[in-house]
Amino acid sequence: MSTYSLSDGLASGAPRSAPVFAGWVRDSGVGVLASVTWIAFGLSCLWWADVGDWSRTHSLGIAAFIIAAVALFGTVGADYLGSAGKALRQRAPWLVALGAFLTVWEVATAKFAWLPLPFFPPPQSIIEVYTDDLPKLLDSVFASVKLQLGGYLVGATVGFLTGVSIGWSRAVGYWVHPVLRFIGPLPATAWLPIAFFTFPSSWSASTFLIALATGFPVTVLTWSGVASVSNAYYDVARTLGAKPSFLVLKVAIPAALPHVFVGLFMGLGSSFAVLVVAEMVGVKAGLGWYLQWAQGWAAYANMYAALIVMSLLCSGAITLLFAIRDRLLVWQKGTVKW
Amino acid sequence: MVAATALAEAAAPSAAGAALDIEQVSHAFDIDGTELPVLSDVSISVEPGEFVALLGPSGCGKSTLLRLVAGLDKPKAGRLREDEARITRPHPSRVVVFQDPTLFPWRSVWDNVALGLEAQGILKSQRHRVDDALDLVGLASFRNAYPHQLSGGMAQRVALARALVNDPKILILDEPLGKLDSLTRITMQAELVSLWQRKGFTTLLVTHDAEEALVLANRVIVFSDRPARVKADIRVDRPYPRHRGDPYLADLRRQILGLLGLDATW
Repeated sequence: MSTYSLSDGLASGAPRSAPVFAGWVRDSGVGVLASVTWIAFGLSCLWWADVGDWSRTHSLGIAAFIIAAVALFGTVGADYLGSAGKALRQRAPWLVALGAFLTVWEVATAKFAWLPLPFFPPPQSIIEVYTDDLPKLLDSVFASVKLQLGGYLVGATVGFLTGVSIGWSRAVGYWVHPVLRFIGPLPATAWLPIAFFTFPSSWSASTFLIALATGFPVTVLTWSGVASVSNAYYDVARTLGAKPSFLVLKVAIPAALPHVFVGLFMGLGSSFAVLVVAEMVGVKAGLGWYLQWAQGWAAYANMYAALIVMSLLCSGAITLLFAIRDRLLVWQKGTVKW
Repeated sequence: MVAATALAEAAAPSAAGAALDIEQVSHAFDIDGTELPVLSDVSISVEPGEFVALLGPSGCGKSTLLRLVAGLDKPKAGRLREDEARITRPHPSRVVVFQDPTLFPWRSVWDNVALGLEAQGILKSQRHRVDDALDLVGLASFRNAYPHQLSGGMAQRVALARALVNDPKILILDEPLGKLDSLTRITMQAELVSLWQRKGFTTLLVTHDAEEALVLANRVIVFSDRPARVKADIRVDRPYPRHRGDPYLADLRRQILGLLGLDATW
């Protein structure tokens, strides 16, 4: 009964304010909430004293307040910020979750040590790694990217050419297919001991292993792509005067490209695994080596910092691959967005 | 002015129709080791510029004959000749339009039409022919579209443009209108006739629709059931554009359906 009279009173007193307020809550409420969780994170940094000795706690608290301010003004004033404001509003629920997660993390580690300490470092110690150990980390990133890129390009190129040849020529298929069946399914890491023996340098051995891990899926999928091209396409091209080279380059390969990209994607995934293992075991550089080194010194913050960088790099590589695919395969409808 | 004349000349039909001789052709497929005869001693002589419809029950081997004419397959016995020259392999002077448009999905409409010129290595100097062919089928504004964005009728028009851009001497049509709705079909039949009249190429049309054959062709060849042999060779001496209700054509249609074994129902 009382609810009825309350809503009745609101409706008569301010007929328009309720829907306007509801609209504001819908548009900006999440942004305000995001700002609240980030303020909470900032306060959690500054309110209590750290249980350990970390130099970036204060800066991190200030940064949290800045992010809170950006979240607040960015979402409330999104209408004046164009696409950036819209993008921020869309991601506001994630900002809420992130702020809440960081607050809990901060409190549970740096402030009350509910989680055992060297194994669960607080956020500020990871920030500390990025500021204080930056040169070494950058060197590792550079080494990893160089190794990965070289091996991947070699593997993808060789795999693509092999796949097209098997798909196109019966004779090549006769000789290469059994080899592929025998060697392909072997995990590339199984070659590791032999590779580090036989190759002149650990760099060339790792390049070979990464190329091997990439090459197998690329070969198989390129091959199946070329083999599954409809004969009708070849018939059309032949009646229009196409020579065999035209049939390969302008019919078989473009028709097989969607398959090829699936192979490139799978190859990328398995080559990351090989990269990290190779760096941990043999190569004295790169993020895998950095992880190993950090573990040796029980520098757990460095490990987490390196893991975050690594996941950004891998995700970035896949994003790049998908962007290239979307560019080349604009003619396809309904492709998966990464 | 000079450029304009040159362009007009290049766009004009450089190739009128070619004569086609099919001499005692037989063909068979190997299916699991057993030989399945599809064509039996077929002889047809087509004059340059004729529009010949090949009519027969479905699955009788008409499409196989077209593949032989195109040079995509070789006959087990007999010979095929285009203007006295033996047909041994595909050549852009004999272009096929298939029942499915089979446009290359990764190429835009313009690039699909340009396929023949590109395959022959003359696209760079002859780009205007692609534009002309697209104009001819009325799809100039769709040049940048991709095949998946086209309707069935539009896709088949693109396939037609892709064939015509090569100025074929013999245009081979394998039920190209078979999968279109009846309205689009009637429009495209009229377009086909007017293209054929303007360009003068020899046309070979496979169809299982007697009415379509009679509206379009000057000659209708009726095939028997598999293995196909020529059952009747009928001249259709009526001026274009033809009217579907023409009593002369209706009479021929009855005859043809009788040949195909459907006299009781019609």
